[in-house]
Amino acid sequence: MLRIRNLKCFYGQIMAVKGITLSVREKEIITLIGANGSGKSTLMAAISGLLPSWSGEIRFEENDLKGMDPPAVVKAGISLVPEGRLIFPPMSVYDNLVLGAYTMLRSKARNEVQASMAAVFDLFPILKERCSQPAGTLSGGEQQMLAIGRALMAKPRLLLLDEPSMGLAPMLVEKIMGVLLTLREKGLTILLVEQNARAALSVADRGYVFETGSIVLEGAADDLLSDTNVKRAYLGKDYEEFDDEN
Amino acid sequence: MIRTDTHTIACIVFAAAALATGILIDDAYYLQVLIFIGINTLLALSLNMLMGYAGQISLGHAAFYGIGAYTTAILSTTYNLSPWLALPIAIFAAVTVAYIVGIPTLRLTGYYLGMGTLGFGMIVSIIFREWYSVTGGASGFVGIPPLEIGSFSFDTDQRYFFLVWGVVLFFFIICRRIVDSRVGRALRAIHDGEHAAAAVGVNTAAMKLSIFVLSAAMASLAGFLYAHQVFFISPETFSFLASIRIVTMVVIGGMASIWGSLLGASLLTLLPEWLHAFADYEMMVYGLVLMLVMIFLPQGLTRGIIDLYEKSRKNRNK
Repeated sequence: MLRIRNLKCFYGQIMAVKGITLSVREKEIITLIGANGSGKSTLMAAISGLLPSWSGEIRFEENDLKGMDPPAVVKAGISLVPEGRLIFPPMSVYDNLVLGAYTMLRSKARNEVQASMAAVFDLFPILKERCSQPAGTLSGGEQQMLAIGRALMAKPRLLLLDEPSMGLAPMLVEKIMGVLLTLREKGLTILLVEQNARAALSVADRGYVFETGSIVLEGAADDLLSDTNVKRAYLGKDYEEFDDEN
Repeated sequence: MIRTDTHTIACIVFAAAALATGILIDDAYYLQVLIFIGINTLLALSLNMLMGYAGQISLGHAAFYGIGAYTTAILSTTYNLSPWLALPIAIFAAVTVAYIVGIPTLRLTGYYLGMGTLGFGMIVSIIFREWYSVTGGASGFVGIPPLEIGSFSFDTDQRYFFLVWGVVLFFFIICRRIVDSRVGRALRAIHDGEHAAAAVGVNTAAMKLSIFVLSAAMASLAGFLYAHQVFFISPETFSFLASIRIVTMVVIGGMASIWGSLLGASLLTLLPEWLHAFADYEMMVYGLVLMLVMIFLPQGLTRGIIDLYEKSRKNRNK
């Protein structure tokens, strides 16, 4: 579904992603794990059209994403849940969600937007309750749900999530990951960037490990979970204890 | 949707009040002050669309006001063209300049955008002052004709009052429609976070440029109305200080508030009139009033008044 070949991303002279190759198949959940500054978010920005300075190839279904701006990428079927949520705080939850459907054609907008919103409310009933509330007054978890809901409004086929667990309590992280599984069941393909490697690998089919702009390891999520290097670098001591207990 | 209905009622009340004011007041001084409030309201509204809604600061807005005024002055006086033909040319001139200036300038954000627009405003102001053979230079441009439709002339203050406030009402309706539309939502999204707006698929560069151009067109129309009201224009009216005055109107009245533009423009037009009584202390009192508003009603008069009203209502209900 998504094929990336020899992708190099640049911020001015600095190369932040150094020639990576990866693929995402339909209805897969793929996670990218790695430390801060390893190039994960840069990759997301490149796919979503927010970072135009890259070389190599990004293909989504039949589309070559080279030269596509963010509206074109959204129209092609890819939505991004950005790092730090980036909701629109003074606007109501309703307005935030409607903005998610911004690229839908005007003529068919009304019905489609209502249908999309009903689907989002099914997934996150709390957003329906908070519909007229300014988004900035929501709790962290609710804001993350809103950010995901907003991205779903455009009816994407591929959902990109950049650090959805950031700043959330473990219970909420679990809930968000559960939602991703539900979305996959509904036919969505998901590319998930996470520092919370344990949570991400627990729901993912496959994963890629990033280090300083390159992929250093890839494989099935279960294999990565049991990989010694991954355990040491990203899962920490607690994980081993947790592993032993089980 | 309730909001739109409230706005419709407000517009009807506003139109009725303007009509009654225009008919009942026959004092030339008051009518003139009200005409200037109308022109300033249009100016403030134009900047509010750009600054209040889209969050793009412009410290050179008076340049477009001046382009409107000077274009119609030159065409209708030097070239004897009908002002009604000069009007689309004046708006086209402002739109073209806004488009050309907007493409590089709107890439900037925050202070840098402020500085960029400030520089642009200064350049235009200098052109008005120094291009003596065309603009009349620092001594100004005289002999601008009144507006006429056939044998009907807008030569009385009352007629001009209705013209100006008719235009203001028209733009209140247009701007509200924009603000409540998909475009309005996108503008507020850009204001709240350009990166996030781009992520949901808003073409932020095109959207910012469009609102900048609309804003310039409205300011140019205000300049047109100004020139044909006072018959004499000079560069000071469109200087850097004039740009700051427009920004002040928006901030004092209330950012992202259509009615705030009316309040801000009214206050900034009336204050100098009221303060004549303070003679030498005029500027001090002026500054003090602005400081007090910013300290006690930092979100602008409109929001402040609404908050005070809601607070008193809550207290009464207790």
